[in-house]
Amino acid sequence: MQVTLNINGQAVSRDVEPRTLLVHFIRDTPGLTGTHWGCDTSNCGACVVQMDGQPVKSCTTLAVMCEGHEIRTVESLEVDGKLDPIQMGFHEMHALHCGFCTPGMLMTTRALLDETAARGRAGGAGGDAIPSEEEIRTAISGAICRCTGYKNIVGAVRWAAQYEAANRQGQEVS
Amino acid sequence: MQTPAPFTYERATSVDGAIASLVKHDGEARIIAGGHSLLPMMKLRLAQPEHLIDINDLGELSYIREFADEIRIGALTRHVELLHSDVLARRLPIFADAERVIADPVVRNRGTIGGSLCQADAAEDLSSVCSAIHASVVIRGADGERVIAMDEFHVGPYVTAVGDGEMLTEVRVPLTPGGSFSSAHEKVERRAGDWAIAAASAAVWIDGGTIADAGVALSAVGPTTVHVTRAAEALRGKSPGDELFEEAGRIAAEDCSPSADGRGPVDYKRHLAGVLTTRALRTATARALQQEA
Amino acid sequence: MAVTESPNLPSPGHERPIGFGRLKRKEDARFIRGKGTYLDDIRLPGMVHGAVLRSPYAHAKINSIDTSAALALPGVAAVITAKDLETLGLAWMPTISYDTQAVLAGDKVRFQGQEVAFVIATDEYIARDALPLIEVDYEPLPAVVDARKALDPDAPLIRDDKDGQTDNLASATWEAGDEGATDRVFAEADAIATRDIIYPRCHPAPLETCGMIADFNPKTGQLDIYNGNQAPNVHRTVYAHVAGLAEHMIRIRCNDIGGGFGNKVPVYPGYVCAIAGSIVAGVPVKWIEDRSENLMSTGFARDYIMRAQMCAKDGKITGLRVDVIADHGAFDSTAQPTKFPAGFFHICCGSYDLQASHVKVKAVYTNKAPGGVAYRCSFRITEAVYLVERMVNALALEMGVDQIELRNRSFIKPDQFPYETTTGWTYDSGNYAETMKVAMDIAGYDQLRAEQAEKRARGELMGIGCAFFTEGVGAGPRKHMDILGMSMNDGADLRVHPSGKAMVSLSAQTQGQGHETTFAQIVAEELGIPPEDIQVRHGDTDRTPYGLGTYGSRSTPVSGAAVAVVSRKVRDKARVIAAHMLETRPEDLAWEKGRWYVKGDPEKGAMIEEIAARAYSGESLPQGMEGGLDAQVIYDPPNLTYPYGAYIAVVDIDPDTAQVTVRRFIAVDDCGVRINPMIVDGQIHGGLAEGIGIALMEVITFDEEGNCLNSSFMDYLIPTALECPDFELGQTVTPCPHHPLGAKGVGESPNVGSPPAIVNAVIDALHQTHGVDHIDMPCTPARVWAAMQGRPEPPQ
Repeated sequence: MQVTLNINGQAVSRDVEPRTLLVHFIRDTPGLTGTHWGCDTSNCGACVVQMDGQPVKSCTTLAVMCEGHEIRTVESLEVDGKLDPIQMGFHEMHALHCGFCTPGMLMTTRALLDETAARGRAGGAGGDAIPSEEEIRTAISGAICRCTGYKNIVGAVRWAAQYEAANRQGQEVS
Repeated sequence: MQTPAPFTYERATSVDGAIASLVKHDGEARIIAGGHSLLPMMKLRLAQPEHLIDINDLGELSYIREFADEIRIGALTRHVELLHSDVLARRLPIFADAERVIADPVVRNRGTIGGSLCQADAAEDLSSVCSAIHASVVIRGADGERVIAMDEFHVGPYVTAVGDGEMLTEVRVPLTPGGSFSSAHEKVERRAGDWAIAAASAAVWIDGGTIADAGVALSAVGPTTVHVTRAAEALRGKSPGDELFEEAGRIAAEDCSPSADGRGPVDYKRHLAGVLTTRALRTATARALQQEA
Repeated sequence: MAVTESPNLPSPGHERPIGFGRLKRKEDARFIRGKGTYLDDIRLPGMVHGAVLRSPYAHAKINSIDTSAALALPGVAAVITAKDLETLGLAWMPTISYDTQAVLAGDKVRFQGQEVAFVIATDEYIARDALPLIEVDYEPLPAVVDARKALDPDAPLIRDDKDGQTDNLASATWEAGDEGATDRVFAEADAIATRDIIYPRCHPAPLETCGMIADFNPKTGQLDIYNGNQAPNVHRTVYAHVAGLAEHMIRIRCNDIGGGFGNKVPVYPGYVCAIAGSIVAGVPVKWIEDRSENLMSTGFARDYIMRAQMCAKDGKITGLRVDVIADHGAFDSTAQPTKFPAGFFHICCGSYDLQASHVKVKAVYTNKAPGGVAYRCSFRITEAVYLVERMVNALALEMGVDQIELRNRSFIKPDQFPYETTTGWTYDSGNYAETMKVAMDIAGYDQLRAEQAEKRARGELMGIGCAFFTEGVGAGPRKHMDILGMSMNDGADLRVHPSGKAMVSLSAQTQGQGHETTFAQIVAEELGIPPEDIQVRHGDTDRTPYGLGTYGSRSTPVSGAAVAVVSRKVRDKARVIAAHMLETRPEDLAWEKGRWYVKGDPEKGAMIEEIAARAYSGESLPQGMEGGLDAQVIYDPPNLTYPYGAYIAVVDIDPDTAQVTVRRFIAVDDCGVRINPMIVDGQIHGGLAEGIGIALMEVITFDEEGNCLNSSFMDYLIPTALECPDFELGQTVTPCPHHPLGAKGVGESPNVGSPPAIVNAVIDALHQTHGVDHIDMPCTPARVWAAMQGRPEPPQ
């Protein structure tokens, strides 16, 4: 069947079987092999992408189920040569070794930062809510990293949150 | 990666349309919502439905509504919505207790209460939650709706009362006027995101200092959800207190029938059933009494 | 030089060390963008897909295999069985331990998950659809699942394929130490502790599973292989031998590897099937296993059943004796140097000045997947250190002495280095007491003991466990060590280009360890060329020197030394050219990073970039010197390096549910000079998380019929961020005297040291209140509860 998905703002259309998993649809699209897979039972989180802004496990979703929704993959984070703060944070804080879990971690933590910032704005705290260590560890508890021991991933998210808060303040001032 | 066997797919545009399709496929079709129970089974080829009916567009099934005497939850309501619901936080904190430890946050974005209940894994937390709070479920078929209690809903491992041509559409939780009511869920797992080794759900209705009614149910310690009716009987009419809760725990430990598996042997699971029942009752009662004060 | 907690702060944007220091990683650029090239990312024109049919039985005869239904499925190109491989001479292959392993089962299957047939189809979905269509007529046989029963007279014979094999002994008893001397020491002891200790089977489970693309070109005879593996050069040699192909016509490219941890060292049957498939079909064949295949069939780790005694006299540890049954699975494919069938297990003499020790290890076959040496084990040092550190705590309980006090009394002293142990190791350098003290200070050991007493009075359970390890890594000297007859030397090629930029090619193979950064830092340190101007090339057997690859923490000790030595060769040549340029003698020049200058006239000098330009230019060079600024080295390490560490774990145990939480973990490592402290710390974090997994939740178990019970991530549990505390690291730096940089390896140290620290903490929590003096891993809630009831049971 013909399936058309909105991936990173682009319409991607292919004739696939209904059983084609979202992760395979994405990975068969040229330039989009950043989304990985690592298990058979929806445990490892290497496949996490965002659907309508929420992290989802793309190995446990059919491609056809995602028609009419917005899919975002790791390749969407860098815009016009500018890295997303979460990518900068991972680099600054050495939050990756082999890089295999990294796309899933980035998409999960990007959503956490968005959610925390929105909560901060709603709470009127000047939009500077920084997720706590516990919130970060909980948010990434659906993703396994075999290399880093998670400590630097937590540090990277806090770095990115602080970077974004500082930049928001800067924008508000100017 | 393991991949499913071939099947055909349709996206339902109405509840009745989904039901009609179920009827038409005569037992060879499955509803898919979040898909986080069904798709893993299909990838391992433990389930091979010929046809999938995707109900994710049926927004009319996604709600948490508070009435004077009842809370109604649409079957398509996602775990993450149950976790963050203000209504449930106020009235039924047992949901947040359970949702915090169901699967992981990413899975919770997709999985639904309807899907979890219908999967009917004995270790499924929402089944014992709904049982303890005396919920009933609405099942719709081609001929209309029926409403059944949780203990009728659970038939056996992975089997519910939902027939081939039927769909679960709603969960209804009664709210009794007067007195105070609260609930709690306790779970022990080997690791975050794991199935329960054992879990206990408890609800207490307190009136004038005594327990007017109680609900105790257990996950993962029987072939299906264990409704510990004897514990509820032992609690009714009594004043809440530690000794009473420990007695209820003892009953829960006796009345469950765990099997030995990778998560633990029978005696440990039984022990947990008791400990967690006591803890859940203690927490539910403390919450209920706080409402009074 | 002692340092307490290493802050490891991010560098301000402008701080970029030229040489050693906290340098952010060069390889991050592609990974944070999702632009890594892992095996499944590679698509080649005309590529087809393979899938393996695996045995559901642990032990069964194969009466027949009917592939007709599978072949009839549209999209299926071929179904290969043992019979087909026999005609190519590929039905069996040699293992790293000189055994043979079936590529596809012919006569019988010998473990659940063993490879039985290989399907090739146009896409992976169809390849998997074909698997259930293959009909195999199995005749189940009784299975050997308990290694302790493998040598019983009535045990079924597993390896009836081997001539002369009459029992399930895989490797005869190997000994180290001195039995007589040990007996005497025990006879004189005033305290003895005895334990049966199991290190259960677990699995490295890197996040990327194993796989290969084999691309044989029938016109040219060239075999191109894409394969994430930790020792690509050795694999090339093996394939040349096994497939009867010319070695110079085989090229292996690893690209990016999503984790190895020893899982990607062996040659797996799937690889040979992919190669055979490509040779026969003449198109690229891709095979990638799924996670259940990875857990069920690829190289597991550990599975050592150990009986040990440790003794003390006058308050100091004096002797150790250990007897081990090693479960190797159905085929012996353990990877270790030839003369060491038990790997380096005999380093279980530990960090203590023992008077005598005696070690015996024998290995048996069982109807389980083959393997044993994997998962950051440093060739069985994880087993050795677990054993000795558990025994030290057992002995401390026996003697009524504090665990750290007993260690401090018994440590090898700094002036005893280089220290020859009772089992033949020569430890290079160490100041153990200093490192132990740093750990105690970071932990606040005395305050923790006070807190523990207070909690115990309230019925709360808290434990403090210590482990101190010395391990030997960086195998190894060619006079002692080889794998499959190949010396364990590794090479480095350095080219400095006319512009002064450089490329260094290595035989080490990163799977996340940051080699593109750290090895550039070594060249930068030695030559003063900025790391961003140095390209590190690896993972391509056509373009890198020969070497034995990355495992056993050998990259820094061996390849790091090679890179230092090759950089110094280049620097020495640069000196001679500079002297010529400056019209002086080489001995009149002194070096500051990046520049040779005239002693006594420092303004007069030549920068490395200028020297490089000169080396390639048409201007004159010193008499008899070749142009260019290149050098090449194969490094033969004179010894292993001996990193060490002091680890302290703090656990809380729920008295009713028996759940164990690791509240704190303090790790103080001494790995000599640190090239990039950020990367070293990162390696420690990762290994500690794995150690928590092993100690609390990771295990591969089997039922009586040999069915594997942990073949998915639902049941093979790996710690998430919620199970790991915020690790607290410290360091001491005691340089390695024989390594050109003073560095030692470190990658495996955290796996070596953390499981015993955690288990010691669990026992410490439960000893006084519940009388627990032993528990085996994994310390799951159910198993801890059983121990608390007085019934500690070993895992299956």
